[in-house]
Amino acid sequence: MIPLSWYLIFAAALFSIGLFGVLSRKNAVAILMGVELMLNAVNVNLLAFWRYLAPENMAGQVFAVIVFAVAASEVAVGLALVISVYRRRQSVQADEINLLKY
Amino acid sequence: MNGSVFNVTMFLAIFPELWIFALATLVLILELALPKAQHRSLGWVTAIGLLLGIGVGLVVAVPSPQAQLVWGDLIRFDRLGFVFSLLFMFGASMTALFSSNLEKLGQRGDFYVLMLVSTLGMCLMASASDIIMLYLAIETTSIPLYILAGFYKDDEKSTEAGFKYLLFGAMTSAVMLFGFSYLYGLAGTTNLYELANQVLRNQLSPFLLYGVLGLILVGFAFKISAFPFHFWAPDVYTGAPTPIAGFLSTASKAAGFAVLVRVLWVGFPEVQPYWVYILSGVSIATMTLGNLLALAQRDMKRLLAYSSIAHAGYALIGFVAVSELGITSVIFYLVVYLLTNLAAFGTVAVFEKTSGSSEIASFAGLSRRSPWLAIMMLVAFLSLAGMPPFGGFVTKFAVFAAAVDRGLIGLAVVGVLNSIVGLYYYLTVLKVIYLYRSEEEHVAVPVPQASLLALAVLCIGVIAMGIFIAPGFNIALLGARALW
Repeated sequence: MIPLSWYLIFAAALFSIGLFGVLSRKNAVAILMGVELMLNAVNVNLLAFWRYLAPENMAGQVFAVIVFAVAASEVAVGLALVISVYRRRQSVQADEINLLKY
Repeated sequence: MNGSVFNVTMFLAIFPELWIFALATLVLILELALPKAQHRSLGWVTAIGLLLGIGVGLVVAVPSPQAQLVWGDLIRFDRLGFVFSLLFMFGASMTALFSSNLEKLGQRGDFYVLMLVSTLGMCLMASASDIIMLYLAIETTSIPLYILAGFYKDDEKSTEAGFKYLLFGAMTSAVMLFGFSYLYGLAGTTNLYELANQVLRNQLSPFLLYGVLGLILVGFAFKISAFPFHFWAPDVYTGAPTPIAGFLSTASKAAGFAVLVRVLWVGFPEVQPYWVYILSGVSIATMTLGNLLALAQRDMKRLLAYSSIAHAGYALIGFVAVSELGITSVIFYLVVYLLTNLAAFGTVAVFEKTSGSSEIASFAGLSRRSPWLAIMMLVAFLSLAGMPPFGGFVTKFAVFAAAVDRGLIGLAVVGVLNSIVGLYYYLTVLKVIYLYRSEEEHVAVPVPQASLLALAVLCIGVIAMGIFIAPGFNIALLGARALW
């Protein structure tokens, strides 16, 4: 069987890639994709822990299901806001959306 | 539980949530049923419904001093959650009154429904005792707030505010969730109250806990807009519809504190010195940064945003004085801060509707244009500055007293110095209102009925809290005692 640590390393790498994407990308849609990667890393973690440490208790699985339900609704709202910004400015570049500062 | 799956206590435990859900459904139905001309009354329906909910809740659903875990240990039915739930309902009802006379906001049922759903999430945040429930509640609160911040679809600032709030919020909540996933892995349980036992039993290295706690604190710091995750607040408060900015800075922040108090106290008692150390630093940085940046602001909503960052720092002082008095002072602080800051944002909303601007300079001559509005601003700002006889003084005193009581003299001194800086910019605003003249002095600022009622309730509350200290303090004490 694949050791638990492999899953954890994979999840940590996925999370880091997602976080890097969020922090370095300018395009709002790419930022949201980075957030999705981070949330998927969480799911990998949760399911690996559930399977290896507490397979008789369903909490980990339930948590993962809730995480992807919430992630879907967050992205739905996120894309709606991106569209409403795009309609006003014809741009989804985060660094060009800078009316509010100082 | 014996025999049946459901019992009355379970439903009493989520009474505020059930009531808010029913009210949200009612508002949706009324929006369809009523002709468009009467949509204004939806604000009254929401506000009165929430106040009625508080009244009924106080009669039927007061938790016993002995806390109970219900709904498969997801919810803790205790007085801490109950006090906060009522506070959120009150804040939402005042926000509904402020919104009801704004053209593009108050006549839309979906606005009230989103606000109610968000309030429902806050109530769950305050009583959640399981990290799955906690995550779900935090997102139930946040997602409607993203939409509300960007509610003016044809306004560039509002859409930008919603957009920024969403991006920062989604990122920090993902980091927090990553922390939750490790917490589940380390402890093998998702229940906050079992967590501490499991951690003791498994003999975990404290360094693991430090890392996990660091990840979780990112999400919480975002919710209470503490340093270094405060920078979204000024942008979002400026762009968002003004009543929503008020709601964000009070109810949403109080919900963040409710979660912070419960998770750190209950879930992480072994590494207490560590989080006290971190949060002391965060507290000092938050209040200093908030106050110093507020000095330079020219826009009223931005000034209030920085002031609200600073107030998160003050409230944290009470929290890091880990004692019963400390937690009590935090709850008391949040109650009075909610009253005060809602009043401040409410007056700005009323003025902004007439003048179309929230620049501080445009408030010149307000004392002649609308003496009552000016008085209410005076009460709100002096209370924010911590002047007696207003509530803000008593709560600041309580927070500093809690710090001194535990020997955190340095923290209290920094807090007092910061209050002096704060006093400067609050008084600058009052100077503009009372001493400066403007050319539009003869143009009165009409105060709509709903706003007037809400402002009167809030200002009387602020003054009453400052004069009759015992009732407010005792309620906060009941909440604090329920933590154990």
